[in-house]
Amino acid sequence: MSRNAGASEAPQPPTDESSERTPMSGPNTNYDPVEVAALDPAQIDAAVEQALAAAAAAGSLEELKAVRTAHQGEKSALALANREIAALPPSAKAEAGKRVGQARGRVAQAFAARQGELEVERDERILVEERVDVTVPALRRRPGARHPIELTAQRLVDAFVGMGWEVAEGPELESEWLNFDALNLGPDHPARQMQDTFFLDPVDSGLVLRTQTSPVQIRTMLDQEPPIYVVAPGKVFRTDDLDATHTPVFHQIECLAIDKGLTMAHLRGALDAFVRIMFGEETRTRVRANYFPFTEPSMETDFLCFACHGAETWGTAEQCRTCGGSGWIELGGSGMVNRKVLRTCGIDPDIYSGFAFGLGIERALMLRHGVQGMHDMVEGDLRFSQQFGMGA
Amino acid sequence: MRMPLSWLAEVTDLPPGARGADVAAGLVSVGLEEEDLHGGDLTGPLVVGRVLDFTLEPQKNGKTIRWCTVDVGQNGQMLTEGKHQEIVCGAHNFEVGDLVVVVLPGAVLPGNFAIAARKTYGHVSNGMICAEDEIGLGHDHEGIIVLERLLGAEKAAMLQAGDDAIALLGLAEETVETNVTPDRGYCFSVRGLAREYWHSQGSPAGGYRDPADVATPQANDSGHPIRLDDDAPLDGNVGCDRFVARVVRGIDPTRPSPSWMQKRLTQMGMRPISLAVDVTNYVMLAVGQPLHAYDLAKLDGPIVVRRARSGEALTTLDDVERTLSPEDLLITDSGERPLAIAGVMGGASSEVDDSTTDVLVEAAHFDPTTVARSSRRHRLVTEASKRFERGVDPRVTAAAAQLAVDLLVEHGGGTADPGVTDVDHTTERTAYLLDVTEPSRIVGVDYPRERVLAILRDLGCTVDEAGEGTDDTHVLVTPPSWRPDLVDAPDYAEEVARIDGYNNIPSITPTPSEGRGLTHGQKARRIVADALAGAGYTEVLSYPFVAAELADQLGLAPDDDRREAVRVANPLSEERPLLRTMVLSSLVDVLRRNLARGHKDVAISEIGLVFRPGGPLAKAPIPSVDSRPDDATLEQLYAAVPDQPRRAAAIASGQIEQAGWWGPGRAADWSDMVAAVQSVAGALAVPVVVTNDPGHAPWHPGRCARISLADGTLVGHAGELHPKVLAALDLPPRTVATEFDVDVLTAASEEPVQASEFSSFPPALTDVALLVRSEVAAGDVETALRRGAGESLESIALFDVYEGERVEAGHRSLAYRLTFRALDRTLTTDEVNAFRDAAVAAAAEATGAVQR
Repeated sequence: MSRNAGASEAPQPPTDESSERTPMSGPNTNYDPVEVAALDPAQIDAAVEQALAAAAAAGSLEELKAVRTAHQGEKSALALANREIAALPPSAKAEAGKRVGQARGRVAQAFAARQGELEVERDERILVEERVDVTVPALRRRPGARHPIELTAQRLVDAFVGMGWEVAEGPELESEWLNFDALNLGPDHPARQMQDTFFLDPVDSGLVLRTQTSPVQIRTMLDQEPPIYVVAPGKVFRTDDLDATHTPVFHQIECLAIDKGLTMAHLRGALDAFVRIMFGEETRTRVRANYFPFTEPSMETDFLCFACHGAETWGTAEQCRTCGGSGWIELGGSGMVNRKVLRTCGIDPDIYSGFAFGLGIERALMLRHGVQGMHDMVEGDLRFSQQFGMGA
Repeated sequence: MRMPLSWLAEVTDLPPGARGADVAAGLVSVGLEEEDLHGGDLTGPLVVGRVLDFTLEPQKNGKTIRWCTVDVGQNGQMLTEGKHQEIVCGAHNFEVGDLVVVVLPGAVLPGNFAIAARKTYGHVSNGMICAEDEIGLGHDHEGIIVLERLLGAEKAAMLQAGDDAIALLGLAEETVETNVTPDRGYCFSVRGLAREYWHSQGSPAGGYRDPADVATPQANDSGHPIRLDDDAPLDGNVGCDRFVARVVRGIDPTRPSPSWMQKRLTQMGMRPISLAVDVTNYVMLAVGQPLHAYDLAKLDGPIVVRRARSGEALTTLDDVERTLSPEDLLITDSGERPLAIAGVMGGASSEVDDSTTDVLVEAAHFDPTTVARSSRRHRLVTEASKRFERGVDPRVTAAAAQLAVDLLVEHGGGTADPGVTDVDHTTERTAYLLDVTEPSRIVGVDYPRERVLAILRDLGCTVDEAGEGTDDTHVLVTPPSWRPDLVDAPDYAEEVARIDGYNNIPSITPTPSEGRGLTHGQKARRIVADALAGAGYTEVLSYPFVAAELADQLGLAPDDDRREAVRVANPLSEERPLLRTMVLSSLVDVLRRNLARGHKDVAISEIGLVFRPGGPLAKAPIPSVDSRPDDATLEQLYAAVPDQPRRAAAIASGQIEQAGWWGPGRAADWSDMVAAVQSVAGALAVPVVVTNDPGHAPWHPGRCARISLADGTLVGHAGELHPKVLAALDLPPRTVATEFDVDVLTAASEEPVQASEFSSFPPALTDVALLVRSEVAAGDVETALRRGAGESLESIALFDVYEGERVEAGHRSLAYRLTFRALDRTLTTDEVNAFRDAAVAAAAEATGAVQR
């Protein structure tokens, strides 16, 4: 692994060599005619050739730096020649100056070019040498994740909020009257017996763990003037033991609309929007009559199976596992809010009408994400939520 | 409710070739959900067999099979090999000599399950001895069918090995089973179900033949005397408003019910018992009226229907002695001896038996509430109670009694008494003035007046177009006697929509005009959840049920208000009867479960409600539902619901940063928990203050942070859990946790953030090392430094804490970097030094700090 510790070796920027350049030589103060030979054109050409050869031969920036002093330094032949110019008679200065200047220019250019080449080579080599294996683990801290039940609720809520609905909430430990009576589930109503309610001690407290999110609808109707368009997600409780399809604590999401002129056609429209959000734009619904005390008329909705697209595969070898072969999946109950319920909430049923529908979020999750049973959703095993990240 | 196709065909016309699935689909189209299909999808040979002998053979897989020889008459191996059928059977609920149902090779059972002779458990099994579910007779798979038990000994005695079991059990034809909703009690009869099927076929004229349409004799005074004597009606409704009694004498008690009736009862999922009982059941299934047959010889006087007296008891037909409640309605002999719990179950003492010759048939109409309460009170759901609870047609009473009398006379050889008792206190339904445009308005489909009226008439309603109040849009509708559910316009609208077809309803997306989006609280909660996930915690959802011992395990003080928990009266587990007062209480279970599954490094969080009753539960009122409760009552109702704050908790154990090529990992410690709360508060832009809290369970007294708002309001706690708590909860050492109040943070983040100005001049940095006594909180030092440093202090960072040889014992050195910046200028060194000195002076004054 130590090879990868290269993270601490930050790439070195190409070294700036400019500060190393030889300064211009000063005027020649000790004129020595013996040395004037330095201005001999042949010698200058030879010095240039030697310099170019040395630059070309330098195999590294270090070698280049080493030979540079000999050819460009203060004691180099061309520097010497340059100094000699000052001692020349004015008539010779121009020509000699031009020759030496050109020669020095060629040498400088050659060194600069070679410098550039070697820098590029070095930079490339550094990048190669600094290579690490980026496929080794990078996360030192395991990322967290949201629970898909919450994410699914958010997804549905957001879609409805986008259509202009609002979110309503209420307590989980709820008054019995709000959970049952106000929803037209009187103490002797057969449907009340279907609900397996958690009662509290003392049992005559008039309080229960809510068996549905519908009391939120009642609270909303009691506390707000129509028009009302609310979606109510939340936890509900029934005395079922945990198994593949039941859990004593689960989640529902319900929609309630109260306005002037709402019909079952609007209910159907809202249901259609709901299944499209959840299961895709192609999803169609079919409806039939059913009975719920809270609504009259009541409706049961099925939607076209998103897995087999409605192919009737029942009894065949390819029987669809999502819908069980019927081609349709039951969504849940709905209906027009019972007039008795409206009156209980102080809403005049002759002016306003409304609809309500709901479904279990666990079921939606099972369908949409292929979750096989309730256990994974309630046990809290890290591996379950982590599959979903921050958004399902 | 089941219905064989042949019975359906007696009542209404079935299209030629109609199959069970077609009938079920028709019923679904009018709102009756399909439950199951029985029979029809089976081909024989399926025969009656008699077990001749068997040997027990234990198998390697732990099972013991029975290697049986079964007499199947002139079938199977008898024809091909001249010997009795040899079959391997896994069930153990039969004896040698029992009559069973045998499927022979060549047969096909429901689900396209072809039967062949096959090798199994070291033998060739020539077919199979069948259980109920295997032949589509029922759902029972506890053992195989023993015909003596299924049909009764008498009936079984008449069977012979080799008899065709398909005909015997009515398996050749299909039986449709539908789920009947509570509003459609009339569909607990062939009469009602067939009517619905007829509707699904468009209600063709003359296509429905009411099985209750029989002539009934006029009531007279010579019948068995009946007295309805309810002195305590429930909710103003008398317990019994109609009682028909008929007597048939001279029945031959040895005569069984006819085989066609037995077959139908079996198809309907009931067991044939005796002629009298079978007849009452058959008529109930036919027309929906529960009947009861009494042995007349066991009655002494008039039948009196009255409420039970406290202390009274009755042994019901199921041989259970039941203590009666004054709300139970009783059928009594002369007002004294209880004979039956009305509408629920008869008593053993007046039961018809194998010597009964004179039978009194009771057909009565009982109050749904009375029956529902008795049924619930005695935990006794019977065929009768199911029907009475949902409402029985009060006009079918006499016809039902007549049908029973006719069958008893015909098949039992008895004679009907001329005396007919019919005490009838029922009243006619009043007509409802229906606005015929109302169904269109409710459903959203344009139904012409004539369509509405035709549907109502088909349903059995009487429609008066000329009576008082009627006009172009209003008619007087009287619902049929079997439809107590039809009361007002929405009920009729549903019927019109249902019969016209729900799928004719169009889809119109509603368009609310003003949506304000999510509330601040709803948004804030998402931010909290996302921030926790962002900080590395995996969100879980735990059950809120906790054990009573948990408060002790958490080390809560005796007066800690978190001990005050709501108790569930009927918990799923007696070990966990309380509702959590902290999210942490249930989150620890999830941690333990993850550890048990081999996860060593766990960091999880949950946001949820906790239940804080603050004392015994207040009693919530149950106001009337006739109108909106008044404000005072509503206030009382809301106030009775205990406080349920929303809290978040996180718990972590093991490494929070993993070991890897970069080096060792880092174990989660108290600071991760403080950081988690700070991250959440930061995400909501809420400043929080951290102080040491040495006394808050369940945390380690030396490693617990109290986190509060700037004004001191408690947000929550974070840190390492108390070692004793960890030991008590069987959690790993050094497990760390936090719990904080989401509502407090939500409220604190409600106001919009007010941005402060910041400087663009260069910062001036200065470091200061302070020597303080070890017990001085760094947080207090920082607070003092901030106060002393003045407005130009931009930030402060504690970059080193040292305790050791180089400082005085009992002291520690805190090194801070102060960053200063003024809004309007570059600060001079002198200015910065002066600010620093002032900061140090403030720290010295507040905490005794000395600059090193």
